[in-house]
Amino acid sequence: MGDEPIPLHRLPVGCCGRVFEMRINDAARRRMLDLGLTFNTEVVALQQSPSGDPTAYFIRGAVIALRSQDASQILITPVKSG
Amino acid sequence: MSSSDSREGALPGGPVMVALAGNPNTGKSTLFNGLTGMKQHTGNWAGKTVAHARGRYRYRGKDYILVDLPGSYSLLASSAEEEVARDFICFGQPHVTVVVTDATCLERNLNLVLQILEITARVVLCVNLIDEAERKGIGLDLPELSRTLGVPVVGTDARKGRGLGQLQEAVRRVAGGELALKPPILTYSQPVEKAVAMIEPAVQELAPDYLSSRWVSLRMLDGGEKFNRSISKFLNAAPAQSEALAGKVAAASGFLEEKSGKSASDLIVSAIFARAESIAGEVITISPGRADGWDRRLDRIFTSRRLGIPVMLALLGLIFWITITGANYPSELLATALFWVEGHLQALFKAVGAPAWLEGLLVNGVYRTLAWVVSVMLPPMAIFFPLFTFLEDLGYLPRVAFNLDSFFRRAGAHGKQALTMCMGFGCNAAGVIACRIIDSPRERLIAMLTNNFVPCNGRFPLLIVLASIFLGYRGGIFRSLSAAAVILLVVVLGVMITLLVSKILSRTLLKGLPSTFALELPPYRRPQLGRILLRSFIDRTLFVLGRAVIVAAPAGLVIWLMANVKIGAFSALEGSARFLEPFGALLGMDGYIIISFLLGLPANEIVIPLMIMSYLASGSLLDLGSLGQLQALLLDNGWTWLTAICVILFSLNHFPCGTTLLTIYRETRNFGWTAAAFLIPTLTGVLICFIVATTARLLGLP
Repeated sequence: MGDEPIPLHRLPVGCCGRVFEMRINDAARRRMLDLGLTFNTEVVALQQSPSGDPTAYFIRGAVIALRSQDASQILITPVKSG
Repeated sequence: MSSSDSREGALPGGPVMVALAGNPNTGKSTLFNGLTGMKQHTGNWAGKTVAHARGRYRYRGKDYILVDLPGSYSLLASSAEEEVARDFICFGQPHVTVVVTDATCLERNLNLVLQILEITARVVLCVNLIDEAERKGIGLDLPELSRTLGVPVVGTDARKGRGLGQLQEAVRRVAGGELALKPPILTYSQPVEKAVAMIEPAVQELAPDYLSSRWVSLRMLDGGEKFNRSISKFLNAAPAQSEALAGKVAAASGFLEEKSGKSASDLIVSAIFARAESIAGEVITISPGRADGWDRRLDRIFTSRRLGIPVMLALLGLIFWITITGANYPSELLATALFWVEGHLQALFKAVGAPAWLEGLLVNGVYRTLAWVVSVMLPPMAIFFPLFTFLEDLGYLPRVAFNLDSFFRRAGAHGKQALTMCMGFGCNAAGVIACRIIDSPRERLIAMLTNNFVPCNGRFPLLIVLASIFLGYRGGIFRSLSAAAVILLVVVLGVMITLLVSKILSRTLLKGLPSTFALELPPYRRPQLGRILLRSFIDRTLFVLGRAVIVAAPAGLVIWLMANVKIGAFSALEGSARFLEPFGALLGMDGYIIISFLLGLPANEIVIPLMIMSYLASGSLLDLGSLGQLQALLLDNGWTWLTAICVILFSLNHFPCGTTLLTIYRETRNFGWTAAAFLIPTLTGVLICFIVATTARLLGLP
C-alpha cells in the first residue's frame, strides 16, 4: 500500500490510488459518491486534456473527467505500480 | 408492495406501464426507439434524454406504454433529472421497471439497480451493449446474476435489435405476476440499521401501502431537505406528525455522525457499492488482454496535448469541405429541375388566363422562394446533419468538451456547455434543450443565451454560398477548400465569441461560483453508417422540406406583396429598404439585407432566398439557377467582399430563429431572459459589423 494520502489531481497519469477521504459536501459529494468514489475505491489516472485540466480517471469501469479544483478535494492513497 | 416476493395475478386491465430507467449513456434511448419504433434523438454522450418521452408497443395482444426516464447515476437525487426519474419510479407506480445497464461497466451500474430493487421487485434488468462487452473480452454470467438479484436478466444489443423479444417477454411475465421475484435485501452497518430503527415505526404509520417504510426511512436519513419535502406530499401526515418525524430524523442523523464520523449518505452509498462490487465479482470474468485498447489509443490522439485541438479543427474543416463539395452537384440538379418547372407553371397560369397578380404572387413569390430554399439550402443541410450525427454517435463530442473545458472554466461557464454548443451546430433549438444537462441554473442560462453564436444547420448554406462566391479562391478544388477554411474560421470565431460573452455574463448578469463538473467519456461505438446516416439524411430532408413549405412560402408571399404594393411613390419593399438603408450601410450591408434578416426570423435558411427575391423584385427579372448568376446579381446590387463578410458576421451574431426563441421561453418561463436571448446576439452583431465595416472603410479597403 502507498504512503500519505495525496489529492487526486496530483496522481500522475498511469498511476493508481485508493479513495481515502472526500472534502466536498452536499450535492457535489453526492455526485461523486454516485459515480462510485466511495472509500477505498480504486482510481486510475488515464489522460490529461491538452491544457492539463481536466483529467480523465478510470472509476469502477467507466471513464470520468474531473477538473483539478474538484479532484483536489478528493484524497487518495497511491498504490505502488498502477 | 414491499420489496419481497410478489405474485399478483394476471396482467392489468389497461395498458401496462413500463418505466425505462438506467445510468446515462447506456443505450436506453436506442432501446426505446427499438421497442416503440419512435425516432427519439440518440447520441453517444451521457445525459441525452432530458424529457419524459413516452411510446407504445404491442406484444402478444397487449399494449405497453414505455416511459423513457432521464438517465440517472442514482436515485438519491442530486439533480432535477434524477429527481424526475426517482419520483416516477417511486410514486408513479409503474407496473414494471426496466433498468438498462451497460455491460462494459456493470459494477457502477449495479448501484442504481440495487437502489431500484429496494423500492420495487417488479424489475427486469436489461444488460445492454453486450456486443461491446464481447469485443472487450468481458464475460458475463447472466443466469447467475439473475439468481443473485432475484429478477429476470436479459442481455441485449439494442442497436442491432438483439434480445428485444426476450426483453418484452420478461416484461410481460413480470407484469403478469408469473414470476417469483426475490430481490436481495440490502443490510447496512450496525449504526445505520440502528438509525433506521429509530425512524421506521413512525414512518410505517404514515406511509401508504405501496411504499416500503424501510426504504422511506433510509431515504429520509440521507435525503436531506429536498427529498423530505417531496415525500411529505405522499405521507398522510398532519403537521404535528411531520414535525415529530423531522425531529426523529434529525436525532437519528446526529446519532450516526457521532457513532461513525461519517454522514448517512456516505455509509449508505458505500454499503450499496460494496454489495455491487461483490455481485460483480461473482458474475464478471475479464479475459486477459482486455481490449479497450482502442478507446485509449483513440483518446490519446483526440485529446493529446499536441494533436487534440488540431485534430478537432481538421475534423470540423473536413466536414465542412465534404458538405460543400457534396452539395454542389445536387444543388445544380435541383435548381435546373425546379426552374424548369417554374417555366411550365408560368405557362400554365397564362394558358388558364389567370390574372397577372395571381401568377406573380404564386409563381414569382411563393414558388420561387420555395425553389431557392430547396435547391440552394437543402443539399448542404441534408449532408451536414448526417455527418454531424456520425461524430455524435461515435462518441466524439464528449472529447470535444474534454478538450475545451479549460476555456469554459476560465469563462466562468460549465464544461458541459461545450456539448450544448456542439448541439447548436445541428440546430440551436436542440442545443437549448440540451442545456438541461447543466444542473446549475446560472450556468444553464449562460449556455442557453450563448448557444446562438454557433451557426446552426440553417445558417451553414448562407456561409457556404457567400464564402464560395466572394471568398473562394478561383475555381475547382481550391474554391471548395478555401470556402471550407473560411467557414472554419467563422465557426472558431463563433466559439471565441461564445466564450467571451459567457465570461461577460458570468461577471455581470449571471454572477456566481462554478459548480462541480464530472464528464463521462463513453467508449467509442462504431456508428451504424447505413442505418443512422440514411435515417438522419431522410429525416433532415423531410424536415427542411416541411419547414420550407410552412415558413419559406409565406415569407416569399410577403416579399412579393411588399414589392408590388405601392405606398406613395415606392413599393413597400423599396420604401422599407430605403428607410433601413442608413442603418444597413453603417453595418456594411444594405436595407434589403436587413429586411431579409428581419423577415428571416422564423427560419434562418430563408434569409438568402429572401435577399434574392427582394433584389429581383426591385430590379430586372433574371432567371437564376446557378451560383455564377447569383454572384452577378449580388455584384449588380452593390455587393463587395466587405458586404459578404459583414453579412456572414451578422448571420453568426444575430437574434435566434423563432423556434429557438420559443424554446428558450419554454425552458426559462421568463420573458426577460428570452428578450435577453434576442438582444445579446443582435447587439453583438451590430457592434461587430459596425467595427469591421468602419475599420475597413477607414483603411480605404473596399
